[in-house]
Amino acid sequence: MGLVSVQVTTGAGVTIFHAVVFGAFSEVQRGAAWATGGVRDAWSGYFDLRDVRGENARLRDQLNALQVQFQAERARAERADTYRSLLQLRERVPLETTGAEVIAAGASPEFRTVTVDKGSSDGVAANMAVVAPDGVVGRVTQPAARAALVQLIIDSNAAAGAVVERTRVQGIVVGTGDGTLRMDFAPATGDVVSGDVVVTSGIDGLYPEGFVIGTVTRVSRGDGLYHEIAIRPAVDFSRLEDVLVVLQRHRPPLEGAK
Amino acid sequence: MRFLVDVAALAVAVVVQTGAGRLTWNGFAAVDLVLVVVVYIALTGGPVAGLLAGTAGGLVQDALSSGILGMGGLAKTVVGFLAGRFGTQFIVTSTVPRLLTFAAATAAHAVLFMGAYTLLGLRDFPNALTMIAVQAVGNGVLGVIGFQLAERLPRTLERRRATRGVGGRR
Repeated sequence: MGLVSVQVTTGAGVTIFHAVVFGAFSEVQRGAAWATGGVRDAWSGYFDLRDVRGENARLRDQLNALQVQFQAERARAERADTYRSLLQLRERVPLETTGAEVIAAGASPEFRTVTVDKGSSDGVAANMAVVAPDGVVGRVTQPAARAALVQLIIDSNAAAGAVVERTRVQGIVVGTGDGTLRMDFAPATGDVVSGDVVVTSGIDGLYPEGFVIGTVTRVSRGDGLYHEIAIRPAVDFSRLEDVLVVLQRHRPPLEGAK
Repeated sequence: MRFLVDVAALAVAVVVQTGAGRLTWNGFAAVDLVLVVVVYIALTGGPVAGLLAGTAGGLVQDALSSGILGMGGLAKTVVGFLAGRFGTQFIVTSTVPRLLTFAAATAAHAVLFMGAYTLLGLRDFPNALTMIAVQAVGNGVLGVIGFQLAERLPRTLERRRATRGVGGRR
């Protein structure tokens, strides 16, 4: 009975036995194929992932290296800009100057000083003016053989003869110790307003005439005969890197006339 | 050994101060690292160590700044000695007393240093109170952090060494 039924063909011309066995086996094959395909995919995926991870790490390293390179290039470009400005300043200033690099800040917080890498062996001497493309930096106070200490104009003991560029009102600019400047002895009758540019007058015998000191930020009528004037320095002293030391000691106009 | 460590700490403080001297808060110099190290040496080593450290550190600072040689030395010598005496008389082991000690030492130093300059008519210190306040906070915080580091670092290193030793034996 069984043998007879096995021999019976289906409508498609295939025996029932073939149809059942093949049908069942094909499902097993499908399952096996699905399983092996999954394993193969997982395996290749795992290797791909490992490659991707490796590639990621490589790319990250490359990106880091490029970022560092970019920073270096940008720093170099900024440096070049600074040198260009210094060079322009040097050409503009009819004085003998030498470029110097700021190598350290002051050792004592009560004094606002910096150390530059040029000293007496480069012709730097005490009381020489130090300027930057933005304006007045300060004066040399202690020259050593290969370095010099520069008292910044914002030091509370620093002072410079100054004049308001627009109206030629004269006064003395002094440091306040908190990074700003103050203009003393500017007559209350003088025309000074916020935003006026203050430049060196050259009368002190230290700083050559015409260098920018800063901008007036506040003017108020003092108690007596003088204005109370607050000035924001033109130079950003927290980012000072390169300066020019004016190698000639400046003579005040009266002494020069003598 | 202790002497060499103190000298090295002072040297490092001077070098870092000249590098970080541009660290400012509203235009005021925020920390005096040399003073912090002097007070630390005084609190851990006593009045004589503090006095010697103050003299050395102050003189070096004077030599590297545009001030009169000896003014900073004198101020730091006195502060170093006083801080050392204070450390031997009182227990200064937790954060708040340490912070206050550093702040008080900063104020005392400022009074001596600025006072001497002002009395001699050599220098003006406009905004002195703000300057002292900023430095007192800066030095206080830095001093406390320095103490924590100095106390924890050797312990951490020892623990790490011990763990490695156990791992190595396995």
